[in-house]
Amino acid sequence: MADPMRIRAQAAGGNATVRVLMSHEMETGQRKDSAGKIIPAWHITEVTATHNGKPALSAEWGPAVAKNPFLQFTVKGAKAGDKIAITWKDNKGDTRTDEAVVS
Amino acid sequence: MQTRRETLKQSAIVASLLAASGLFPRMAFAAYNKGAFDAKTIADAVKALGGGAPAESKEVTLTAPDIAENGAVVPFGVATTLAGVKQMLILVEKNPSALVAKFDVTDAVEPNFSTRAKMGQSSDVYAVAITADGKAHFAKKEVKVTLGGCGG
Repeated sequence: MADPMRIRAQAAGGNATVRVLMSHEMETGQRKDSAGKIIPAWHITEVTATHNGKPALSAEWGPAVAKNPFLQFTVKGAKAGDKIAITWKDNKGDTRTDEAVVS
Repeated sequence: MQTRRETLKQSAIVASLLAASGLFPRMAFAAYNKGAFDAKTIADAVKALGGGAPAESKEVTLTAPDIAENGAVVPFGVATTLAGVKQMLILVEKNPSALVAKFDVTDAVEPNFSTRAKMGQSSDVYAVAITADGKAHFAKKEVKVTLGGCGG
């Protein structure tokens, strides 16, 4: 729901290396605020990626993934001009999708 | 001593509370495996995902720094040369919840992922690959943390 994801997809030798930087607090649910109350867990739970509309990657994340998560993976058989779309869902039900073109 | 009637009543109340709070299966989230992420130990998390007892393997690689200056952002890479891998996991043994991330491997991606995770304290980190036959293979590395990442 926050800022757009930064996605870089580069074709290299028949595959594309995709790097994504997502913008998300990723609260573990372990921290306390200044009043001593636990800040509830708020983190991305699922990430999916599609390559030209076909599912390529799905991942589930726990609260331990770092804030503003970084993700890198390699899509097979991708070439310049292909579309990569990344979607995340968090445990509050928010979701966000961003797209990039392989360069 | 609690009678069975009381126990049943209590669990019904708890169940309805849980359902009301929306924690129960939301169809949109079909896949999120809460049981695995709540598991406290490596073995439990792997079991919750359908893997057998993990066996150390040279064909799984975990890339991680020896010392992480900032426990809130520790870069990890997991990769494997095994065939037929269905899932790859990153686990931090001494974190409050051991499972950090799970990646479903399909034919469309290479079994090679990098991300950044939080580590509460110096601990062993495991990369586990679960193959289609349910066997779990792992690689582990000790990562020292100078500043814990869970805000504790």
